[in-house]
Amino acid sequence: MSPEELRDLYQSVILDHSHKPRNHGELPAPCLHAHGDNPSCGDEIDIWVKLDDQNRISDIKFTGQGCAISQASASMMTVKIKGKTTAEAAALREDFRRIVMGDGKPLNEDDLGELTLLEGVQKFPQRVKCAMLGWRALEQAIEGA
Amino acid sequence: MDWHRLREDFPILHQEVNGHPLIYLDSAASSQKPRCVIDAITRYYERDNANVHRALHALSMRATDAFEAARRTVARFISAVTENEIIFTRGTTESVNLVAYAWCGAHLKPGDVILTTGMEHHSDLVPWQFAARSTGATLKHIPVLDDGSLDQEAFERLLTPQVKLLALVHISNSLGTINPVREMCAKARAVGAISFVDAAQSTGHIPVNVQEIGCDFLAFSGHKICAPTGIGVLYGRMAVLEKMPPWHGGGEMILNVTLDSCTYKAPPARFEAGTPDIAGAIGLASAIDYLEAIGVSHIEQHGLELTSHALEKLGCIEGLRILGPATGPRGSLVSFHCDFAHPHDIVEWANTHGIALRGGHHCTQPLMKRFKVPGSTRASFYLYNTPQEIDQLAEVLDSARKFFS
Repeated sequence: MSPEELRDLYQSVILDHSHKPRNHGELPAPCLHAHGDNPSCGDEIDIWVKLDDQNRISDIKFTGQGCAISQASASMMTVKIKGKTTAEAAALREDFRRIVMGDGKPLNEDDLGELTLLEGVQKFPQRVKCAMLGWRALEQAIEGA
Repeated sequence: MDWHRLREDFPILHQEVNGHPLIYLDSAASSQKPRCVIDAITRYYERDNANVHRALHALSMRATDAFEAARRTVARFISAVTENEIIFTRGTTESVNLVAYAWCGAHLKPGDVILTTGMEHHSDLVPWQFAARSTGATLKHIPVLDDGSLDQEAFERLLTPQVKLLALVHISNSLGTINPVREMCAKARAVGAISFVDAAQSTGHIPVNVQEIGCDFLAFSGHKICAPTGIGVLYGRMAVLEKMPPWHGGGEMILNVTLDSCTYKAPPARFEAGTPDIAGAIGLASAIDYLEAIGVSHIEQHGLELTSHALEKLGCIEGLRILGPATGPRGSLVSFHCDFAHPHDIVEWANTHGIALRGGHHCTQPLMKRFKVPGSTRASFYLYNTPQEIDQLAEVLDSARKFFS
């Protein structure tokens, strides 16, 4: 990969999220919680989600440790999905998966907004699991509900 | 020794990665192979390939001769008393599993202790966990001090008559610590315990002599010392091997078989069921010949020079903390933690500049926990590396610091 591709991977917005993660911390019970990790590299994300009575994500927080991509992606995810219903979050997750894996066109590209900045991950297949870690944890938290 | 010229022996080094000349600094994970080893394997397949120990035809006899000559080469290389103390395995991991299954299964009972250390590779830890679980023995660990050495006082306390086996790594793959295996094996012997040395990072880097170390078992992998993957060695002192039952059943390890039972061959055949990695053993012997022609003590000196150069260069980078011993002899690797970026981001950055590093827990999760780091980045060296490559590494790490900070 070229230096340009590397700079695409680590754009300033992404580095900013990794240095100053948004929605960082824990939510008090009662709420949904899940732990996600990539055992091969040691990246970890814990996620706390509050759903309102219409299955809307009213609040979300996360903690974790790992590479810039895993932590920035989780941070950007929390910003994006706050206020979305669980069905909308699942649709976003699928579209996000498509852009980081380069696996077909997203169904609603406009909805992804800032998340498209992580498109550079496509060129680094071994980092897809980093970008997806927060999303996997979110899915687990909601499925556990 | 002209170390730059020696690089010509390694075809793989002469390529570009991401537009930069390859700088391979991951030999602790797997080493590169010289032309002579690649040729020895090709020659075997082109001229001599056949199954060993079975047939009386010319090719089988040639293959058997080469395979058994390889065993003698290994025996000489680590100063075993006889080549019958050399068991070919798939690698260090399989060697540990063999002893954990066969020796522990036959000799351990509830109340016995397997003593190991807090700096073992998972391959010298998990098999002992299995052995403890299946025999009812207890697994205990010698703690690691802040300077990356083993707590010798704790070792003395833990070394009770209940200890039946001491398993320890010669050179830590994460820290570079060189453990005093000779003294520790002697102390183990004094309480009646047998000793197992994981020499995966020391063999081929520093002289390894099983007589001098005084261990009962020692294991290493071919692929870390210029030989192919898939071949490794378990050395066992004959008196101990004779009392160890087989682990895998099959052809080659038996004397007589009836439908209901069988008798076993003497070591090493007892532990080598099935067709072995013949080409791997021949490649291993070729690699050992290559290393011995250069001289392992010369390689040791080169490794020390590279490592001290790396400690000095990397030590100057702001926000970079080196793990493991700060002074004294060290294995030819340097692990470090960067406060400006995660190991995987560093490794990605280095890869874009043609440098192969390793980032993560290095299969030593308990040790990473002990040093309160999620993982580390490791640069490891072998005979084909140069101080100039380390200068390049330092430059690239400094550019990573500027980028990620």
